[in-house]
Amino acid sequence: MKVLAAMSGGVDSAVAAARAVEAGHEVVGVHLALSRMPGTLRTGSRGCCTIEDSMDAQRAANVIGIPYYVWDFSERFKLEVVDDFISEYEAGRTPNPCMRCNERIKFAALLEKGLALGFDAVCTGHYASILTDDEGNLELHRSMALAKDQSYVLGVLTAEQLQHSMFPLGHTASKDLIRAEASERGLSVAAKPDSYDICFIPEGDTQDWLADRLGNTTGEIVDMQGNVLGEHKGAHGFTVGQRKGLQLGKPAADGKPRYVLAVDVKSNKVVVGPQQALAVVELVGNKFTWCGKPQDNPEEFFKAHVQVRAHGEQVACELAVIDNAMVIRCDEPIYGVAPGQTAVIYLGTRVLAQTTIDHTVSAVDSFSTASASIGSSVEGAV
Amino acid sequence: MTVYLDYAATSPLRDEVLDCYVEHLKNLGNPSSVHSSGQRIRRALEEARESLAKSVDCNRSEVIFTAGGTESDNLAIKGLYWQRNSEAVSRPIIISSGTEHHASIDPMEWLEKHDGAEIVWLPVDDQGIIDFKFFEDFLAEHHAKVALVNLMWANNETGVITDMSRVVELAKKYEVPVHSDAIAAFGHIPISFAQSGLSTMSISAHKIGGPVGAGALIVSRSTKLVSIIHGGGQERGMRSGTMNAPVAKAFAKAAEIAVAELDSETKRLQALRDRLVEGVKALTPLAHHTAGSVARMPHNAHFTFEGCSGDSLLFLLDQQGVCVSVGSACQAGVNGPSHVLVAMGRTEREANGCIRMTLGKDTTDADIDAVLAALPKALEGALRAGLTS
Repeated sequence: MKVLAAMSGGVDSAVAAARAVEAGHEVVGVHLALSRMPGTLRTGSRGCCTIEDSMDAQRAANVIGIPYYVWDFSERFKLEVVDDFISEYEAGRTPNPCMRCNERIKFAALLEKGLALGFDAVCTGHYASILTDDEGNLELHRSMALAKDQSYVLGVLTAEQLQHSMFPLGHTASKDLIRAEASERGLSVAAKPDSYDICFIPEGDTQDWLADRLGNTTGEIVDMQGNVLGEHKGAHGFTVGQRKGLQLGKPAADGKPRYVLAVDVKSNKVVVGPQQALAVVELVGNKFTWCGKPQDNPEEFFKAHVQVRAHGEQVACELAVIDNAMVIRCDEPIYGVAPGQTAVIYLGTRVLAQTTIDHTVSAVDSFSTASASIGSSVEGAV
Repeated sequence: MTVYLDYAATSPLRDEVLDCYVEHLKNLGNPSSVHSSGQRIRRALEEARESLAKSVDCNRSEVIFTAGGTESDNLAIKGLYWQRNSEAVSRPIIISSGTEHHASIDPMEWLEKHDGAEIVWLPVDDQGIIDFKFFEDFLAEHHAKVALVNLMWANNETGVITDMSRVVELAKKYEVPVHSDAIAAFGHIPISFAQSGLSTMSISAHKIGGPVGAGALIVSRSTKLVSIIHGGGQERGMRSGTMNAPVAKAFAKAAEIAVAELDSETKRLQALRDRLVEGVKALTPLAHHTAGSVARMPHNAHFTFEGCSGDSLLFLLDQQGVCVSVGSACQAGVNGPSHVLVAMGRTEREANGCIRMTLGKDTTDADIDAVLAALPKALEGALRAGLTS
């Protein structure tokens, strides 16, 4: 196959490209330029599109012995990922930009361009596996290295995209083994630190970065009964489940920490309350995709697991598609789920589907009552 | 087999130049040393200076060796600007064009940001020709505030040639010095520094079969410059640092050959280039020949392709063994829209889908055939991939 290896300049994508070559594919390395104003050098774990990263990717391609190009996706990235990130926060939701990047850039814009230019697949250094079922359908599964598993952020891939995707690291048991392999292969990125933060926020401070773009409008921090507890500088700077940075001064009556329960950008209010009020038992997403073959009879509730953040635990659940929305009922409450976050559905290790959460149903009746007045981002229990 | 049509990026080192270079690398001595070893190497350096002066048609003392074209442009632009503002009068204005090379634009913008310079960007038409009427009127009104005029002799991307004698004639009237980046022009079209009336002119070796890391700034005897590198005061005090005789020798040799072959090569390359241009035009109506109706470099063919992005075209041609150039690559290797085409009034989209093909001494009819054979497949794929970016 003709394979386009997306190379970020990190160790994972470098080893993935090398493995694709060894598997006999004709591989071309490509680095995605996602910023029009790239920084010169990396600082710690931040960012992945500095000039240094591009040079690291090039050096790795040279060592592996494959051609290497830099393709500019900065315009698409700004429109599809950065602007989406800002407008989601502006709407009081908590987006996952890495997921959007996979959905709209790596396995969409890049894949489309690759296919148009004669490639068969895009290869990345994601920790996930593609397996084939008895009928020959492709399935996305968790990686063997569970601690590094990235199947969550790939949950947006459709059957069509899976056909053109390649994840050569999925069968490796740990990142240490990848680093050791990179070292053996003479790749200088073997010891390069992992990147964790959002690549387009160079200083790593999401709140400051958002404030620069969305402004700072002072608003009220209220409790579940609507009593004013303090002030904030812009509701969009808060995310459901957040505990730090509330600066309320006075402790709660029971002395326990308070958490952000809801963000209402329309009234610029942030609602806080005790941890138990964060408990959510039902998630509803109006837009969803099947990752590979769809579930048979999805309108009937079936057992699965749900995961709501990249490195979160999975929780047992029942789900069904009702009136074109995915309704997920958790067996036990999950905490701090914000609208805008993605729920990824697993059957065993297989990724079955994903949906962006539009509504959550609280486990706590008292909160449900109070929440009726704070807008649509949190819905009362029925 | 690789078909190399990117001579304007860099050109193959000529065998005679390599031999000359290696021969002189064997010799011990610092040209500034007073003893006989120093004198021997000094002699080689001065032979090179004299030879290069002959090729450029200037006085030997007007040749200031540098480490390349970018350094030469920096020395000329900053040096002239500071010199012209070292007297009692303030002359903050630099007159230039948006089609200049970055080696020229960036030092000007640095002066603008850090040293109070005001850049006047001359209007440029869709063929890349500056507006002489605007230039003349502006000079007439503001000449007392103008530090220098900075216009390249030939454009490195589009190959468009500037009417330098007209530029200098107008500037001379108001005693404003003119710098010209002649890096893309020297060795390819006839150039006489003596007749040009320029104050300074940049040239570079690797564009004409010499080594990378060898350049020169030709500085007329009457021109004073503030140096940007300080040290031992070599090269008329304008460029401190141990003088590099082997590199100077290699540069001079490359220049000597390029100038000697200029007439015959111009005819040969122009014929090949014209065949290439006609061939591309015949392939697709989506190909637009850039600046086809004005004076252009004989070895340059430049096109924009509607609906294609430059990096797709470059990739698909490269896959077929054809090396061309698109837009201008940034430090990270991203092919952005060409600022030259944007300055000529093209949209960013249009400026993104361009290809520059530049021919040189080893280019043959077979190379032109190979490019014309590779282009349909590249165009087909690039059109399919569209303008995604």
